[in-house]
Formats: sequence, C-alpha cells, structure tokens
Amino acid sequence: MLGFIARRILYAIPTFFAVSIVAFIIIQLPPGDYLTTLVASMASQGETVDPAALEALRNRYGLGEPIWVQYFKWMSNIFLRGDFGQSFEWNQPVASLIWNRLFLSFMLSLSTLLFVWAVALPVGIYSAVRQYSLGDYAFTFLGFIGLAIPNFLLALLLMYIGFRFFGQSVGGLFSPEYQEAPWSWAKFVDMLSHLWIPIVIIGTAGTASLIRIMRANLLDELRKPYVVTARAKGLPEHQVILRYPVRVALNPFVSTIGWVLPALISGEAITAIVLSLPTTGPLLLRALMSQDMYLAGSFILMLSTLTIIGTLLSDVLLALLDPRIRLE
Amino acid sequence: MTSEAQIMTPEVRPDPAVEEEARIYVASQWKLTWWRFRKHKVAMVSGAIVIFVYLVALFAEFLAPFPTDMYNSRYTFAPPQRVHLFLSTEEGLKFQPHVNGFDVEIDPVALRRTFVVDPDVVYPIGFFVEGFSYRLLGLFETNIHLIGPINPADPMYLLGADRLGRDVFSRLVFGTRISMSIGLVGVFLSFILGILLGGVSGLYGGMADNLIQRLIEFIRSVPTIPLWLGLAAALPMTWSPLAVYFGITVILSLIGWTDLARVVRGRFLTLRTEDFVMAARLDGASQQRIIWKYMVPSFTSHIIASLTLAIPGMILAETALSFLGLGLRPPIVSWGVLLQEAQNIRAVATAPWLLTPGIAVVVTVLALNFLGDGLRDAADPYSRG
Repeated sequence: MLGFIARRILYAIPTFFAVSIVAFIIIQLPPGDYLTTLVASMASQGETVDPAALEALRNRYGLGEPIWVQYFKWMSNIFLRGDFGQSFEWNQPVASLIWNRLFLSFMLSLSTLLFVWAVALPVGIYSAVRQYSLGDYAFTFLGFIGLAIPNFLLALLLMYIGFRFFGQSVGGLFSPEYQEAPWSWAKFVDMLSHLWIPIVIIGTAGTASLIRIMRANLLDELRKPYVVTARAKGLPEHQVILRYPVRVALNPFVSTIGWVLPALISGEAITAIVLSLPTTGPLLLRALMSQDMYLAGSFILMLSTLTIIGTLLSDVLLALLDPRIRLE
Repeated sequence: MTSEAQIMTPEVRPDPAVEEEARIYVASQWKLTWWRFRKHKVAMVSGAIVIFVYLVALFAEFLAPFPTDMYNSRYTFAPPQRVHLFLSTEEGLKFQPHVNGFDVEIDPVALRRTFVVDPDVVYPIGFFVEGFSYRLLGLFETNIHLIGPINPADPMYLLGADRLGRDVFSRLVFGTRISMSIGLVGVFLSFILGILLGGVSGLYGGMADNLIQRLIEFIRSVPTIPLWLGLAAALPMTWSPLAVYFGITVILSLIGWTDLARVVRGRFLTLRTEDFVMAARLDGASQQRIIWKYMVPSFTSHIIASLTLAIPGMILAETALSFLGLGLRPPIVSWGVLLQEAQNIRAVATAPWLLTPGIAVVVTVLALNFLGDGLRDAADPYSRG
C-alpha cells in the first residue's frame, strides 16, 4: 500500500511541473512584463517610479533574464517564501489575496462532490434495479437535460426564477450583514443557507453523468451469476443488491473523481462569476481582464494543483477500496 | 429463352427469414450501420434537428428578417410580438398575418418603459418579402427573406428586442451560424490532433504511447475553464474579430482532442490483433496499406460518432467563453455573445427573452448528444444488443 502511495505521488510530481509551466506561460503571454505594466500605469497617474525600487523588483522576479531563470525564480519564491508575486491591480502581494478565496472555492467544490455522490448513488441504484421503469426514464431524461445545460445558464435561470417568483436575489455566499464579519457559527449557518444554490448548479452535470455510470456498472453486475445465486439461496432482495453488486459498482464511482473534480472546479469558476460568489472565479476573471497576470497565473496554478492533490487522494481511496489496484 | 428459364426455375417460395438473413449477409457495413441507426428513434429525431440547425446556419440571411446590427431606440427591450393570422375589417375576417404595434408608457414609479400592445396599429407581415440585400450562399444577389414585415421599415420582433432595440430573432439566427461553425471547425482541428496522436499512440506503442498518454492525463486533470480563460485572455485585443474566432477555435481544440485520441488509440489497439489484419500482414501488405485499407475503414463509423459527441463540448465551451467576455467579441454574433446581454439579473428580469439563445444551445447540444449516442450504438453493426 505504501509503495502504491509513493508511486502515485511520484506520478503527480511531473504533472505538477507541467501545470506550473502552463501557468507560467499564461503569465508570460501578454506583451510586456509586470514592470512595464507597472511603469505604464504609474505614469498614467502622473507618478514616477523610483529606479532603485524598480531594480529591486527586477531582481526579485528575474525580469530581463532568460525565461527559464524567470520560471525558476518564480517557483522558488513560491516554494521558499510563499511569494506568488505582486498584483498590480490591488497593489498587494498575490498571496494575501488568494488563500481566502481558494479555501472557499475548494470548500464549495468539495461540498458539491459530496452532493453529487449523495444524489447519484441512490438514483443510480434505483435506475439500475428498476431499469426501464417510469422513474428510470424520468431520471435519464433529467440527466440528459442536466448535461446539456451549461452551468452559467442554469445559474442565470435560477437567478431569474428567484428574482421573478420569490423576489429575492440568489447571488453571493453570505447575507450582507455577514459579508465582512469574522467567522462565527452564525456566519457558517448563513453560508449554508446560501450554499445550496451554487451546489445544485455546479453539481448538476456531474450528477447526471455519475448516475449514468452507476446505472451502467450496476446493470453489468446484476446480470452476473453470483447475484442469481444470492437470490436463489433466499437472501432478501435489498441485501442481494446492496451487499455485493453495489459495492463492486462503487469502484468506478470513486475513480471518476479524477475527472469529476476538474469539472467541478471548472464549473465552480464560471458559476461563481455569474452568482458573484466570493470565490476564485470572479477574481480570476477580473485579473485576466485587466492582465493582472501574477494573480491570474497563481490562481490557475493553485486551482490545478489542488485538483491534482484531489485526484491523488481519490486514487489512494480507490486503492483502499479495491486491493487489485495496488498491484498494477 | 425467357420462357425456358422460367420453366427451369423451381417453384419454391423463398422463406422470408432466410431472405432477410441473405439480405444482411450481402449488405455493406455502411448499410448495416444505417439499418441499425434507423431503429434508434430518438437519434433519428435528433438527427433531423441537427440537420435543421445546420440549414438555419447555412441560410441565415434568408431566414433572418433584419441584419444583426439594425437597431431602433424606440423599441429597446420590446417584448416579443404575437403573430395574428386574421385581421377583422368591415367586411369581416380577412386572412392577413400581422403583428400589432406598441404604445410606450413610462411607469412613473419604476421609471421604466412598459410596452402595451396597441391592437389598432397593424403591421402586415408576410412570407418571401423584400428586406436587406445579401448574397444567398455567397452566390446569388437577392433581398428576399422567408418572413418579415411587408413594409421593411415596420417593426417586427418575434422574439423581442435587446437593449439597443435589435431583433433577437435575427441575431439568434445569425448566431447559429457562428456557434455551429465554431463547433465544426474546432472539432475538425481536434480531429487532426486526435487522429495523429492517438494513431501514433495506438500503432507504435512503447515510449511514444507512454508520453502521449501522460500528456492526455495531464490535460484531463486540469480544470478546463480557468485554463481556457487564461489562454483566451492572452489573445491580443488588437486582433480582428475573425482572428479572435480562429484563436478561440485553436484554444478549444488544443484542449479538446484528448477524447478523440483515446478512441483512436483504443481502436488501433483492438484492431491490431484482429484476424483480418493479421491475414493482411501475412499476405505481405505494407504497413501503410494495412492502416489505410483495412484498419481505418473499419473504425470510420466510430470516429464519426466520437466527432458528433465532441461538437457539443465545443459549442458549450465557446458559449461559456463568449458569455464571460473572453471569447468572441461583438460585432461577431454567436450564442455566447448573445447570452452576454443576459449577464446581469436586471437585464434578465426586464427581458427574459434574452435567454432564448440559451434554449437554442440546450436543444442543439441535446440533439447532438442523442445523435452521437445513436451513431455510436450503430457504429458497430456486427455486435448484438
């Protein structure tokens, strides 16, 4: 088991490097570098920049040096000092801007993942056991609709319904009175009451596809002889289904985290923009629009890294569930 | 001769089951696929819808009553008009399709304009009326439109108007062209990448296979929307809309080719051990000949199914990017650009008809998904099930 975990972690390292390179490329893509942007924006406000400060910044990010030196400096700043660079739009270190939002983003994605499982598992079992029943057709239909509606459209639709029929706005993650308040139990409860809307929106597509997967897996299992045997020896029907086939069908369920999680994080970003949640999405979009590249690149780097870690955890979980995986 | 032949033929009535079987034996693979596909009713209906949507894209100028940039500040956020077929005159009911005009009232409390239908103002409309001139399919100069007001200056808002008083219906029709074509072009690019990399991966195996598989895993493990956003934001603002269009397509396909590559690789791997490929190899056929003559034809149908299933992803991605303002930019009209108008809740609350491009997206994506599913089931006509 330990060997498996070690191997998986080793696999994750090159992926992490690839992600960091992509994030770095995105930072470098717009013409000019951080300093030219800074000088231009300060000049437009009629200020002049202290050449010594400029030189210090140039050294800090290795600007003007070969590209790989810049990359190395960027990475080592992150690893050694937790310094992600400077956001020129906010005039703050990126690190002070992203952590809070990343935390909320990840909480939201994780809650959505739990929601997706909580819904997809029973519905998938139902659809498989009662194949071709009215309920199965209804869920299948809903599932296809869920896959076809883009997240942001669903968010818009829910906002419209909330506005039109309930006279309330559904945006945000906190009520106004808790917006700036420090974390407390009341704030947490308030967040939960707002949380379900983005969770439903982000989770719809994932739920739909997981139901299909669960249904297909369980159908395959249910046709196997051991199920017939269990039934023949007089096991009650719910035990016949829950004890073995569901457990076997669960494996792919866990392994799908690998692609459900990136999809959730993606969906979270765009849903957050529409619902203006205080998570990464809106800030990332704003950073990209104003070419605040260190901020944008750090977001992309951290979101992808968290996804890699999530996938890693899901693989370990899968290996715990299914001993065969460890030997591969 | 003929009579002799008739006499010689034994008088046996052919067994319908045997005949059916014989028909299947001699049918080509494409025929079998078609028979299989025909049984899938939902896929057939979806196929018809997809064809319809592409026809709309092809004949956008003919179907849209107005050009996309025609605005009328009198009718900002005008609601959809109802089409009446009959007009009551002194002589009784007369067949004359028409729409009614609006009385604009300013709500003193909300300071908002409200439109009240004025049944006395009649704007006759008709089929094949004259409007703005265009070149049909880029060939024939004409100004005939399928539907429109008989007097081109009359307002006709079948799906309402947006914040500049532009006709949402016309814009939706033109948006179909861009959105559907970006799906096709994007899929074509990812098809090239997918075939190339998937083929190398499946055919040669070993180191190349390993590298390409890692690359695919990497791309799939990254959350796509932040990545798309990052790449799309890097497109220079100075680019022309057309250049942006191609830039966006390239970005979408750079990330979207992985599924296709997997299908191609899987097919090559299974086919490599098939008897007929082995036979061809023993027969001394060259590698190129085996690939193009034997392997590729036997999975073309799978590729077509996968391509169909890849288009909706492209359409959704373009819509999302444009909706966020990082994809296509006006004056290009796509479904995503149109939905951008519906970005804030105020606009949606005053003009819910701005969400109609969303319906177009959902219907098209659903139809393409069902069609792709049907094609995938039909792609392997020899399997039972």
